[in-house]
Amino acid sequence: MSEWWTYGLSDFLMFSPRTYWRLIENYNQTIWPAQAVALAAGLVLLWLAADWRANGGRWMAGLLALAWLCVAWAFHWERYASINWAAPYMTMAFALQAFLLVVLGVLRRDAPMPAASIVQGMGWFMAGVGIVLYPLAVLVSGRPWAQAEVFAVMPEPTALATLGLVLASHGLSPVRRWALAIIPVLSLLLGAATLWTFST
Amino acid sequence: MRRRDLLLHLVPALGAGALHAQNAARPQSLTRAIASSGEQIPVVGLGSWITFNVGNDRAARDQCIEVMRHFFEAGGRLIDSSPMYGSSQGVIGEGLQKLRAQSKVFSAEKVWTSSEGAAQIEQSRQLWRVPRFDLLQVHNLLAWEKQLPLLQAMKSAGKLRYVGITTSEGRRHREVEQIMRSQRIDFVQLSYNLLDREAEETLLPLARERGIAVLVNRPFREGALLRQLQRHPLPGWAREIECTSWAQAALKFIVSHPAVTCAIPATSSVAHVRENMAAAGGRMPDEALRQRMATDVRKL
Repeated sequence: MSEWWTYGLSDFLMFSPRTYWRLIENYNQTIWPAQAVALAAGLVLLWLAADWRANGGRWMAGLLALAWLCVAWAFHWERYASINWAAPYMTMAFALQAFLLVVLGVLRRDAPMPAASIVQGMGWFMAGVGIVLYPLAVLVSGRPWAQAEVFAVMPEPTALATLGLVLASHGLSPVRRWALAIIPVLSLLLGAATLWTFST
Repeated sequence: MRRRDLLLHLVPALGAGALHAQNAARPQSLTRAIASSGEQIPVVGLGSWITFNVGNDRAARDQCIEVMRHFFEAGGRLIDSSPMYGSSQGVIGEGLQKLRAQSKVFSAEKVWTSSEGAAQIEQSRQLWRVPRFDLLQVHNLLAWEKQLPLLQAMKSAGKLRYVGITTSEGRRHREVEQIMRSQRIDFVQLSYNLLDREAEETLLPLARERGIAVLVNRPFREGALLRQLQRHPLPGWAREIECTSWAQAALKFIVSHPAVTCAIPATSSVAHVRENMAAAGGRMPDEALRQRMATDVRKL
């Protein structure tokens, strides 16, 4: 594509904000009460991360992998692809993250290596926001409750919670930590850019 | 004549009379000839970028079909879409079938791939639910060296009526100009509005010279132009050209350019499509007023 520098994200977002939020609303209504199960799974993840017992990290990575697969299939592939031609690529990225979580988090573990306390603190904060506070953001934005974005249901809270838990985790070497952080960071950047484009 | 026979004769006649009255009540819409064939099409069409990409949302799809219903009722014909526009093609196809408008529509579609164009075109045709497209355009010149011969071969084989290329927001005008000079195309689609007037310099005069019809996209700068203008009252000249809104003034400015064949504003609002279609009728600005309109709007 020549003159690529003249293109902005708005040239590739082929849907209106209204369509996007309606899509989430219909999605939430269709899968209810799966959101309650997802929220409970998120709280279990926080407990596992805090408990630091043997095999807790494996369960954590396994649950996170399941959450990423759910978002890949139920949101990106089944819903988002109907309005966004790039959604199939997002499906693949989310499936790849699930695969990485299984390979690096479930099948192979390093000896416990505590992260620096400031990084760990940031991780706890992000995980808490992703799992507990993110669904409440809908109230601040003035949108209806049915458009709430829940961990393991929507991409951004899932990515934020995963990034937080990866940072807070005791059982990952820095290399694995980075490998598991790349796709969540990219997903969050894409989500932020989408919201920014909507606002402009 | 028996009473039953009389009724059988009268009912269709009354229906035809009602239809005639409806047509008579509708203001005469301006049409322009497609230079390569002489076929007339209304100067205001319907775009589907963003507005018709509503996924599987039943209520939103029905709203789009209502927009199409009012578009056709107001005499509109040309609807434009692209494989890039998500679910828009499927929404249009559903609307055409429900409204039984396959014979009314002038279908303007695009090919947007650097790989197999024929497969994508066939997929688009199935989504539109039409026997063939009237116009196929190479979207944003993507792989035009490969896709244009394909479209021309389809036209020669009677599987397509017109061939075109598209650009938007003033991009790649030099390359568009080269294609217009060197290739046999029926249509060019470009951005042109009260503020973005680069096309006036070369492409619009060249289109007239080469007998190429012009479709105009982004007439309202994706709504931003209207949001900016609606902060100000309509100037006095709006009454001279029978405009009741800024949208109509913006559209009349575009379609009164002699090289423009059809503008394709996109909307998901019935009120807006009616407003847009009304811009195809009534008095049009002459060249002097067009210049004044552009100057006044630039100052706002």
